[in-house]
Amino acid sequence: MKKLILGIVLANLLVACASDKAKESASSSTPAATTAEAKASAEAKAAADAKVAADAKAATEAQTAADAKAAAATASTDSANQAADLTNNRSVYFPFDVDAVQAADRATIQAHGAYLRKNKGAKVRVEGNCDERGSSEYNLGLGQRRANSVKKALIIAGAKAAQIETVSYGEEKPRAAGHDEASWAQNRRADIVYSTK
Amino acid sequence: MMKRVGFGLLFGLCMSMSAWAVLDIEITGAGEHQTPVSVVRFAGEERLVGQTLSSVIASDLTRTGLFKLIDPAGKSPHEPAEVKYAEWSGVEALVIGSVRLLDGGRAEVKFRLLDVVRHTELIGLAVTAKNEQVRAIGHRISDLVYEKLTGSAGVFSTRIAYVNREGVNYRLVVADSDGFGEQTLLALNEPIMSPAWSPDGKQLAYVSFESGHAVVYAQSLTTQKRVVLAEFPGSNSAPAWSPDGKQIAIVLTNDGNSQLYLVRPDGSDLHRITFNESIDTEPTFSPDGKWLLFTSDRGGKPQIYRVPVGGGYAERLTFEGSSNFSPRFSPDGKSFVYSQFTGGVFFIAVQDFESRQVQILTPGGWEKKPSFAPNGKLILFATESQGRGILATVSSDGRVKQKMVAQRGDIREPVWGPFLKQ
Repeated sequence: MKKLILGIVLANLLVACASDKAKESASSSTPAATTAEAKASAEAKAAADAKVAADAKAATEAQTAADAKAAAATASTDSANQAADLTNNRSVYFPFDVDAVQAADRATIQAHGAYLRKNKGAKVRVEGNCDERGSSEYNLGLGQRRANSVKKALIIAGAKAAQIETVSYGEEKPRAAGHDEASWAQNRRADIVYSTK
Repeated sequence: MMKRVGFGLLFGLCMSMSAWAVLDIEITGAGEHQTPVSVVRFAGEERLVGQTLSSVIASDLTRTGLFKLIDPAGKSPHEPAEVKYAEWSGVEALVIGSVRLLDGGRAEVKFRLLDVVRHTELIGLAVTAKNEQVRAIGHRISDLVYEKLTGSAGVFSTRIAYVNREGVNYRLVVADSDGFGEQTLLALNEPIMSPAWSPDGKQLAYVSFESGHAVVYAQSLTTQKRVVLAEFPGSNSAPAWSPDGKQIAIVLTNDGNSQLYLVRPDGSDLHRITFNESIDTEPTFSPDGKWLLFTSDRGGKPQIYRVPVGGGYAERLTFEGSSNFSPRFSPDGKSFVYSQFTGGVFFIAVQDFESRQVQILTPGGWEKKPSFAPNGKLILFATESQGRGILATVSSDGRVKQKMVAQRGDIREPVWGPFLKQ
């Protein structure tokens, strides 16, 4: 008998957690209390049901509040929204044998620079990479140039030098292994890696 | 400048030795003249463990492309008195010998090189060594035979260094020039680059990314102890020893872009020698220690320049192809080998300093990082075959080619070691 009641209570609790709507306690399925024990169980169950209902109601209210907050956030200015999107972009790309930051990546750099300016405790490591069309040592130098170039651009965009570390992997850690432009284009790249964000 | 001595075990260093070849070798091409030679099985050579002496010598001579090995066809003289010259028509030189086991695990090997045409003895020598050093004894005999017949020193007893990469596992390896006797000096899950031999062949400098960026180390091949040569912020790379062993040229980006520096082998007395905004890299000393060749993009694209070690005017040397990389002097200092990038393809090229003539030695591919054997007759370089990184050699006249394929992994960053004192 107790196990059945406990089972029903637990089932109700689980259902209440899963949905954001209050669930009516299944009082119609409770048998009439004839013994003291049964009465106590019924009271416990009613209390549990009431708690479930109260919890569910609180959950609904919390959800509604969260929805409102999210809506408010979405309604903020366009530029802030764009900035949030662009800092998810962690790679910038380069033409063959070039280390200057390209026009297509300027907005990304601006976004990261702005983020680093606003979050003074944030630190990044800029990792420079190259395609294989050079000697491994020359490419180590070119990768370093690319990392340095991105660092300079980040500083112009508001970051502090102390927030940015640079490293070159040359051609040693390619993202794509093919001997073709599709692979090479992916490897001519600097990555912005956050250590604390 | 911090100097640190690290014990290799901390970084997964191991001295594993492999008795069998881990490189498969294939020869193509032939020298202008191939001297017909016959190597007869040595008396008692079956008493030594491993490959037979006569087969080591025959393999060595065959690999040069300069000899045509003639089968003895059952004849087995071991002493000059036993040789019937009339039976050896078509053969110009004959190698015969015998092995005698001594006490204490040693063996005495006697060999003779005979001139079949003149019926004379060209060399006769006895060598005593530990009896498991069959390959070393065989190589020594090959060196003597090669020198007598060609006039140039043999490189059969020299070693090469390279990097083997399997996935993210990198191993810095030293092996005999025929691929036997592989020794792993360093095993990491991070890249290893640019091994460089000390002039006495006892140390290897190299670049490792184990601490997160490129750092230069120098490691003893006998004790496995190593020192940090340079670990400044940025990239530390491209080590090259001076011929007197007293200085090492390296490349640092500590001051911004890649520039050339000199440092002592213990990491002290660092000073900068190029001062411009380009990438200056891949320094290498001339045999007389007075000049450096290096790669620089100061003129726009990477080209090869020569500058006095003390600094001064850097003269551009390469004007062909799109760009040129990775220079190394020939042992006689009269020419240099490098990798030329033209039409999207890398070639191995040699340029004579006096005539400025360029000779392209290879058909073109991913051919990089060439180095001369210490006798100047062979060039070792990295290339690709069927999607795998392999090593290759080409004779300095371009005629004989050799491919060396590892049984596992890609091999890259090769460098030929010096003559070793016997």
